[in-house]
Amino acid sequence: MIHQFKLNGYNIVLDVISGAVHVVDELAYDVIERFETQSLPQMQEDLLAKYAGGDGPADFCAAAKEDPQDFKAEVAAVHGEVQALKDAGQLFTPDSFAPLAGEFKERSKGIVKALCLHVAHTCNLNCEYCFASQGKFHGERAIMSFEVGKRALDFLVENSGTRRNLEVDFFGGEPLMNFDVVKQLVAYARSIEKQAGKNFRFTLTTNGMLVDDDVIDFANRECHNVVLSLDGRKEVHDRYRVDYAGHGSWEKIVPKFQHFVEKRGGRSYYMRGTFTHNNPDFLEDIKEMLRLGFTELSMEPVVCPPGDPYALTDADIEIVKKQYEDLAKLMLEREKAGKPFTFYHYMIDLNGGPCIYKRISGCGSGTEYMAVTPWGDLYPCHQFVGDEAYKLGDIWAGVTNTALQDEFMKCNVYAKKECQDCWAKLYCSGGCAANCLHASGSITGIYEQGCELFKKRMECAIMLAAARASEV
Amino acid sequence: MERKHINTLSTRNLCSSAKNGGCGECQTSCQSACKTSCGIANQSCENKESK
Repeated sequence: MIHQFKLNGYNIVLDVISGAVHVVDELAYDVIERFETQSLPQMQEDLLAKYAGGDGPADFCAAAKEDPQDFKAEVAAVHGEVQALKDAGQLFTPDSFAPLAGEFKERSKGIVKALCLHVAHTCNLNCEYCFASQGKFHGERAIMSFEVGKRALDFLVENSGTRRNLEVDFFGGEPLMNFDVVKQLVAYARSIEKQAGKNFRFTLTTNGMLVDDDVIDFANRECHNVVLSLDGRKEVHDRYRVDYAGHGSWEKIVPKFQHFVEKRGGRSYYMRGTFTHNNPDFLEDIKEMLRLGFTELSMEPVVCPPGDPYALTDADIEIVKKQYEDLAKLMLEREKAGKPFTFYHYMIDLNGGPCIYKRISGCGSGTEYMAVTPWGDLYPCHQFVGDEAYKLGDIWAGVTNTALQDEFMKCNVYAKKECQDCWAKLYCSGGCAANCLHASGSITGIYEQGCELFKKRMECAIMLAAARASEV
Repeated sequence: MERKHINTLSTRNLCSSAKNGGCGECQTSCQSACKTSCGIANQSCENKESK
């Protein structure tokens, strides 16, 4: 399976199964397009007619007109190059991964390595678009006690098998509304990790309202990553990210975030924004984040039912796709100017990315990754919290709804029929289970709008890799 | 019209990664930043020996 696309002046061919990426000229692009459906003589005639007829770059068209035999010889030469790449397993590689799907999860059965700790089901902001219904996750306001959090960490260590790196995200609601417990939990984790042979990596996701020097010092000392919620332009941010009196939060949080990032001293962080129907031109929000001095950026499409007033429409999707392309171009421009920035979804490392097991196993929700409510219930991930039907168990008894966990065990990219012929399947691994459920009624369904945007992001990310390689 | 038509970028061979992959140490997909639009392509491999 291959995927061909043209973007920003680059003709790119991805060999989906091997992961090989080829940057090709127009003639090779056309040869590869015809390689599996035409014989060499058919291809030579077809391309001669095309280029002699003026359909292609001027130099190729001129060559086809001036010396048809020489042009045909060139087509044969390219055909030979393509055949050599096919023989080397770098083009048209057949898909042999299906038997491996499920193997990794079977091998890792029972192992948990990441928890999203919902330390506060309450929030000091009242954002209408919040998938967590203003932090309450469709339930009552609640705060996690130290005892519950401590048991969650013990549960993680007990169930992590030989995994050394354990991830814990302090999430909400607004986790800093329970900061004392967060600090106590980190201290507890640090007190047990050496003896347990583990390495805790903490992430803090915050809206910024309660950020102060104490929080900053703590996060810079203890947190592997911090995720700072900012939607970009003031008017965009303040449309939804308001307090309970209806006042926008931008003015309050931006100086705090700037101070936070400055003191972070190069440690990992993300400014994380949400874009909606009201700002499909989210590149302007990216530019605002850059203007404010932030360089590690993530902007996510809003997740909500299609009828909501802020849901992205089909017309918005076309705008968003163009914005993704323009974002990639902006990144290249800024890199050339010595002012680079990072966009989370474009960070693909073609040499150092995940192995095939990771790529076909799915996101890990409900198996190696779970969310813990303030009262200790386990859910497949943060997006399922509040939906009782998806309760897996609790941190004392462990996973008791084994039938539900089996569904997540068996959920992988090869379990989704719509993914079989999709070129992006080894980049998304079937996508977000919660989004798929909400869009299709099943975790093994797909979220089509999400797929469309994901594929555009991957094309942009691969184009960036091609552009950077051509700069070397 | 002799010219180079195909430039193959350096990439990790996914077929080969089946041999030594699957250590499970890499980051959980959704944990780092997005929380709502999961993908795995931008995760890093933690197993330096398998590449």
